[in-house]
Amino acid sequence: MTDRPFSRRDLLRLGLTAGAASLAGACGWQGGPLMPALRGVSRLNDWVGEKVFLSHSHLAKDYPLSARTPERNFPAYAISRPLPQLQDPASWALEVGGKVRKPTRLTMAMIQALPRVRYTIKHHCVEGWSAIATWTGAPLASVIHLVEPTDEARYVRFDTFDANYYNGWDLESALHPQTILAYAFNDRPLEPAHGAPLRVYSSTKLGYKLTKYLTRITFTSERPGGYWEDQGYPWLGGV
Amino acid sequence: MIQDTPPAEEEPISPVAEAETEAAAEEPAAPPDPPPVAPAVPARRPLVKRHHGIVRFAHWANTVLLLGMIASGLQIYMAFSHFGIRGGRYYPNPWDGKPFPEWARLGGWLAGGLNWHFALAWPFVLTGLLYIVYLAVSGEWRSLLFRPRDVPRAWQMQLYYLRLRREHPPQGKHNALQKLAYTSIVLLGALSVLTGFAVYKPTELRWLTALFGGYELARYWHFWAVWIFVAFIIVHVALVFLVDPASLRAMITGWYRGRFPSHD
Repeated sequence: MTDRPFSRRDLLRLGLTAGAASLAGACGWQGGPLMPALRGVSRLNDWVGEKVFLSHSHLAKDYPLSARTPERNFPAYAISRPLPQLQDPASWALEVGGKVRKPTRLTMAMIQALPRVRYTIKHHCVEGWSAIATWTGAPLASVIHLVEPTDEARYVRFDTFDANYYNGWDLESALHPQTILAYAFNDRPLEPAHGAPLRVYSSTKLGYKLTKYLTRITFTSERPGGYWEDQGYPWLGGV
Repeated sequence: MIQDTPPAEEEPISPVAEAETEAAAEEPAAPPDPPPVAPAVPARRPLVKRHHGIVRFAHWANTVLLLGMIASGLQIYMAFSHFGIRGGRYYPNPWDGKPFPEWARLGGWLAGGLNWHFALAWPFVLTGLLYIVYLAVSGEWRSLLFRPRDVPRAWQMQLYYLRLRREHPPQGKHNALQKLAYTSIVLLGALSVLTGFAVYKPTELRWLTALFGGYELARYWHFWAVWIFVAFIIVHVALVFLVDPASLRAMITGWYRGRFPSHD
């Protein structure tokens, strides 16, 4: 045994100590002093997601209607309880403004008169589940062209009537051909559970980025946060 | 212990018969002609360089990164502990709907787990690439890559471990079963990274996600890769202590004073 640099017992003890230490470190730990660094890497991943992965030519698969998830199995989340609902749907309109040349106010009739996109695609939740449904709406790009963002506009902020839920997007994802302002779910008018009267839908982002209960779209030069993003979720949420 | 006799009294395992002669000549462990009388005390084996610094760095970086990837991955799994699309049948999974204990998780909640997972993923990929490039450039891959000719050797090695063969088969730096393990684990790492990207970007990398059978199956393979890694780690660490404890020092300092050759 003289050949060995350590006795076998020493090695075993070392291994057990190291194992115990790494396990103790793992115990539900968010990162402590490393959290700013983790947020920094998350911003780097946002950049890679937008500049490397995102492309307007990358489109999600359009499924046949038979692939739709049974509606009772399609989860729907909102911040408010009970579900946010408009008192007077007829008076609802979408405000579009910020760093744009032609701020506007769009009624539902005006939005439904815009070009129509309808697709049956897979929804990816940050939790890991997936489900398929048909969504119909106006391309967000057509609204963006309507209001003519200035050169300063780099981000899009969505505001809602669901408590303090809001969201920030990069302009590129907003201009993606599969990013829409959806007013129908499975060929019926959007229900309160899915964000009535109008929500964002897209193949390019996770569910928590697909803002429901829209009231306002604002183009900004500063990066807006978001309800979940401010708590630590990845900002881009790109898929 | 597998051996019947203490390792200190064992003969060093000679390199494989086909090993190049100059490689054998370089081998400082090769003893000169046997002395006429057996020495009372076995000669102390020479200290030889076994692992390059890049290999040692990649090994220990991977130890930390892989444990962190697994622990944060188990945290992410907790948010939806099933595999399969909503409303469909879930794929077989012994952990279906079950939580993992807090000590096995990293991140504290879903967002924390995601941030750890996505932060460790890049160094994990880069370390893996560094290791593979080093093996390719240095020629070290020859002592690690499992090739068709290693199939019968692996079988002989298995017979030896099962005590169905008495003598240890001749080997180079690694025996054929080690080559099989160290080749498979690199492929498993690649599979984990690729299924990870398939789950991360199912729209942007739609072709990759489709390659693994879709989003739900990519996530399923990604999860199974974890358990193969865990099984590998358990067997790997156990064999270090049971068969060749000197290899631990070699992986830390690079220097080895053990009974196996350090060259093919």
